[in-house]
This record gives sequence, C-alpha cells and structure tokens, in this order.
Amino acid sequence: MSVLVYINSAHGIGKNAFETVTYGKKLGDVTVVTNGNVDDASLAKLGEYGASKVLVDKALVDADDQQLTRLIANAADQVGANTIVFSHDHVAKNIAPRLSVRLKAGLVSGAIALPDADGTIKVNVFSGKAFGSVKVNSARKIISLLPNSIQPESVGGSAVIEAFSGNAGDAKVKVLSTKQPEGDIPLPEAELVVSAGRGLKGPENWGMVEDLAKALGAATACSRPVSDIGWRPHHEHVGQTGIAIRPNLYIAAGISGAIQHLAGVNGSKVIVVINTDPEAPFFKAADYGVVGDAFEVLPKLTEAIKKFKASN
Amino acid sequence: MKILVGISKSPDTTSKIAFTDGNSKFDENGVQYIVNPYDEWYALVRALELKETIGGTVTIITVGAAADEAVIRKALAIGADEAVRVDADPKDAYYTAAQIADYAKSNGFDLILTGKETIQYNGSQVGGMIAEALDLPFVSLATKLDVDGTTLKLEKEYLGGIQSVEVALPAVVSCAKGMAEQRIPNMRGIMAARTKPLTVIPAVQVEDLTSFTGYTTPPAKSSVKLIDPNNMDELVALLHNEAKVI
Ligand SMILES: Cc1cc2nc3c(=O)[nH]c(=O)nc-3n(C[C@H](O)[C@H](O)[C@H](O)COP(=O)(O)OP(=O)(O)OC[C@H]3O[C@@H](n4cnc5c(N)ncnc54)[C@H](O)[C@@H]3O)c2cc1C
Repeated sequence: MSVLVYINSAHGIGKNAFETVTYGKKLGDVTVVTNGNVDDASLAKLGEYGASKVLVDKALVDADDQQLTRLIANAADQVGANTIVFSHDHVAKNIAPRLSVRLKAGLVSGAIALPDADGTIKVNVFSGKAFGSVKVNSARKIISLLPNSIQPESVGGSAVIEAFSGNAGDAKVKVLSTKQPEGDIPLPEAELVVSAGRGLKGPENWGMVEDLAKALGAATACSRPVSDIGWRPHHEHVGQTGIAIRPNLYIAAGISGAIQHLAGVNGSKVIVVINTDPEAPFFKAADYGVVGDAFEVLPKLTEAIKKFKASN
Repeated sequence: MKILVGISKSPDTTSKIAFTDGNSKFDENGVQYIVNPYDEWYALVRALELKETIGGTVTIITVGAAADEAVIRKALAIGADEAVRVDADPKDAYYTAAQIADYAKSNGFDLILTGKETIQYNGSQVGGMIAEALDLPFVSLATKLDVDGTTLKLEKEYLGGIQSVEVALPAVVSCAKGMAEQRIPNMRGIMAARTKPLTVIPAVQVEDLTSFTGYTTPPAKSSVKLIDPNNMDELVALLHNEAKVI
C-alpha cells in the first residue's frame, strides 16, 4: 500500500513528524511531501523512521490552505497513494478537510491509534470523554493523527530526497506575521504539562508554575476561568471548550476538576493533582494526589525534580 | 455584508456520555442540547458584532431534525436575522458541509463562519470542507477577525503561536476563543426569535465518506494514591519508577 505523509516543516522537523511517519510506515510504503525552507539533512532524518522518499517543494513558502491542498493532492496522484496521513495540528485542521472534499476521501480526524482488525480507526470524541470507531467508505482515506498517540520508532532506513513542483497556484491568504512562543514547547504536542487554576489566586503567582515546568521540561496550561480573566493566554486553556491534550504527565494545581476541565485532559496517561480540598472532584480522576497548599507544594516539587535530574 | 453562520447542536457540557444499541449510538436519554459553544460564543456573536458596526444580515444554518429547532431559536434570540434548517440527519462532516455549501452557493454570502469544532465530534472539518466545495479560501481557528472594506484581517492559532493573515472576501473562517464574548439572550430577543423566518429545505444527495461504527468510554481510573505534601521526593520517585513518565 502506498502512503503519503504530509509534514509541515516550517518550524523544523520534530517529534510530530517522526510519529506521523512511524504511523504511516505501519500501513505501507511511505512517501513524505513537504514544502518551504527546509534543509536536506533534516529531511533525511525522516528516512530513519521509515520514509522511503521525500518530495519537497522548496519554492512554496508561506503557502495557504488552497496551495497546500493542491500540493498534497498532486503528490498523492503522483505516487498513487490511497492513504494520506497528517499530524492533527493547526495546519492539518486547515487543509485535511479541503483535501477530503477534493479527493472525495473520507477523513478520520483526531485518530489515536492504528486501524483495528476490522479496518475502523479510533478517534477521540466528546472532547475526550469517549472514543469512536470510524469506518471510511471511500477508496482513499485521510487520517489526521493526534500528537502523542504513537511512539516514534527508528527503523534505520534512508530516504531519497526529490525536488517536487506542487503546481500549487497562487496564495489567496497572505501571511503578515507569525509569532511563535519563545523557546516554549507547544502545548498540544507536549509530553509533560503543568497546569494551574483559580486556586493560584492571581497571575503574579504563576512563577512557581513556570519554575516547575522549566525544571521538568514541560509546557504550561490552565483552566478556563484563568484564561477568561486574562491571567494566562487563551492558548493555554484546556478542557471541553479549550484544547484537548493527551500528555504522558498532567500536573494540576489549584484546579477543582470540573467535568468540562476533565474532558480536555483525561486522555493524559498519568494525572497528579495538588489541591487543598481533599473533596475536590479532580482527585477521582487522578493517579497521584497531594492534599496541600499549591504555594508550598509546587516549590517543593520543583526542588525534588531538580534533585532527581541532577542525580540522573 | 451577508454573513452565513453554521450552527450545530451539542449535548450540554455536563451531560453524562453514554451509548446505546450495542454501543453504536449516543444515548440521548436525559440529554439537554445547547448550541455548540464555538458556534455560539465566537462565530455567531462576531457575526452580530460585524452586522452592528458595518451593516448587513446574519443567517444561521443547521443540518438537523425538527427537534433541533429549539437550538435554532436560541441562536435567533441572540440576534441572528433568519434561520435555515436542512431537514436531514447530519451523518458526518462531509455530508453536513455539502448541505451548507449547496445552500451558500445558490444564496451568495460574503462571509461564512463556523465554530472551530463541535464539542461532541471535535473534528474541525466542516469549515474547510465548505470552503473547498465553494472554491473559497479558508482560515481556520481564527481568534480575531476584522473587516476592512473587502479584506478580512485575522489572527489565527498556529502551531502553539499566533499568525496574522489577510484575505479578500468572500471567505470561510472557523472561529476559536478570543474572537468574541458570549452573549446571553434577553427577553426581547427571545420574543423576537419566535417570529423570525425559519426556512426548512430538503437535503441534497451526497455519498457517505465515513461512518461511526461504535463507541467506547475510557476505563475508570483506579483510586488515587495520596502522597504526603512534605515528601515530594516520594512523588518524584513514583513518577520515575512506577508511572515511568519522567
Ligand atoms: C459550557 C461550559 C464549558 C466549559 N469549558 C471549560 C473548559 O474547557 N475548561 C475548563 O477548565 N473549564 C471549563 N468550564 C468551567 C468549569 O465548569 C469550571 O468552572 C472551571 O474548570 C473551574 O476552574 P478552576 O478549577 O480553576 O477554579 P475553581 O473551580 O474555583 O477551583 C479552584 C480549586 O483550587 C483549589 N485551591 C484553592 N486554593 C488552593 C491552594 N492554595 N492550593 C491548592 N489548591 C487550591 C480549590 O480547592 C479548588 O478546588 C466550562 C463551563 C461551562 C459551563
């Protein structure tokens, strides 16, 4: 089976790309298509995870949704791909639906696993409160894979890198500027997340949340009221009406654990809850709990992590 | 400016999520439906704000059964001018988008807004699919939207950061947090909604690209292990040796 994987390389090639290629490799022979200013050494790394070929359109920079859709459709036709795989990030949400209509290929959005024996694919639904199994009825299918759903596996191969002209046409959406958070780990792909809620009392107290995140190498998140009152930026808001995340470790301090908050985080592998109130509902969803004052516990945990890192 | 807003119903966020018929269907027993928060709080309210500042009309469209009209009336009460209901079961995102695109094509809109996703399927699909069907540009996950003549100026979520973009109308935009503030309908709005036009139209034929075959719920967590707040070394050791996450 021929599988096409789209990789967004605008900000380098990292874990998400390796996950997507690993996923594709389990389904068949993987060709990667990408675009923009990316060096061949980075592209060659995709070979280690199982890509046999990389098609790159270096002239296509700041491409819009319609250009990327054409690029990927043309690449899919060229290699005869019957499955197209994306990492379910902001770029995939922009183009995978278009591609689905263009190719009349069923889209599995937010996949969390490889296809089951009956060919159906599990996705996150009800904001993480349940899983659904999706059957694709069309001959071609598109799978958009949630980050952290599969472990990247190095298979030690190498990829042929080929220049590719995507015939993408002109951009209608003009990019004026892009602001990336400095040095931070994007929350949707983070493996470790430290999150805090209204229990922290005010934005001036977030230093201890950031200190812990830094010691761990974690991203930061928050509950909805905290972003609503402007203590933290909107993109940190997790939950049913924020983003759904599935890190390996979610540490929640001063968050009560309302059902809408849990919806976005209960896909986390391990949950640690720090709360003064032993009756806080979050403890029911937690693996480890600390009944205590976040103002004391967070700095202590940070110290313990630093000590652990220093001796490991 | 003529604005079309796609509206979906969603189970109230406190609903118990359960399934029936051998786990093949969502159990609607006792479930209250609301307007999908992204559609209501961001797409609809921003459309109304644009109408209030630059003039125009706001039409809402939903694909659903007659029972969904309560949700439509709520959106009208918040301030939409008129509503369209495509009389069909919204089988999947492709089916839904095809219905909305078909209506939009024959009625000509300058701007089509959707929420970034529904809180039940979390697919983030319908907006982009409408755009492709109409051959219009699509800006996804917009957190800010302004109109300058015939140009849209937007900010959108982009890989953990924010991107500023502009695009000429007509266009399709999916809306995320930051774009507007929730509005609570007042009594006058609720009264007015009763008499606003609601047109019911038949569905167009489209193929079934995907179907949900079944659902499962995550296994219940075993009970929490409590750790002494003065012994964070123990927590770190557990995270390392037992949970193996650090
Ligand atoms: C339609 C809808 C959608 C929603 N979507 C979301 C969503 O996506 N995400 C979301 O998060 N919420 C969402 N909510 C809101 C949700 O219902 C809760 O109100 C919210 O999650 C509570 O935030 P919180 O836990 O930070 O604050 P609170 O509920 O105020 O809880 C604060 C917690 O901090 C503890 N605490 C206080 N002081 C300390 C201390 N010194 N140390 C340790 N702990 C302390 C308290 O015991 C308490 O448990 C939604 C609500 C609705 C109606």
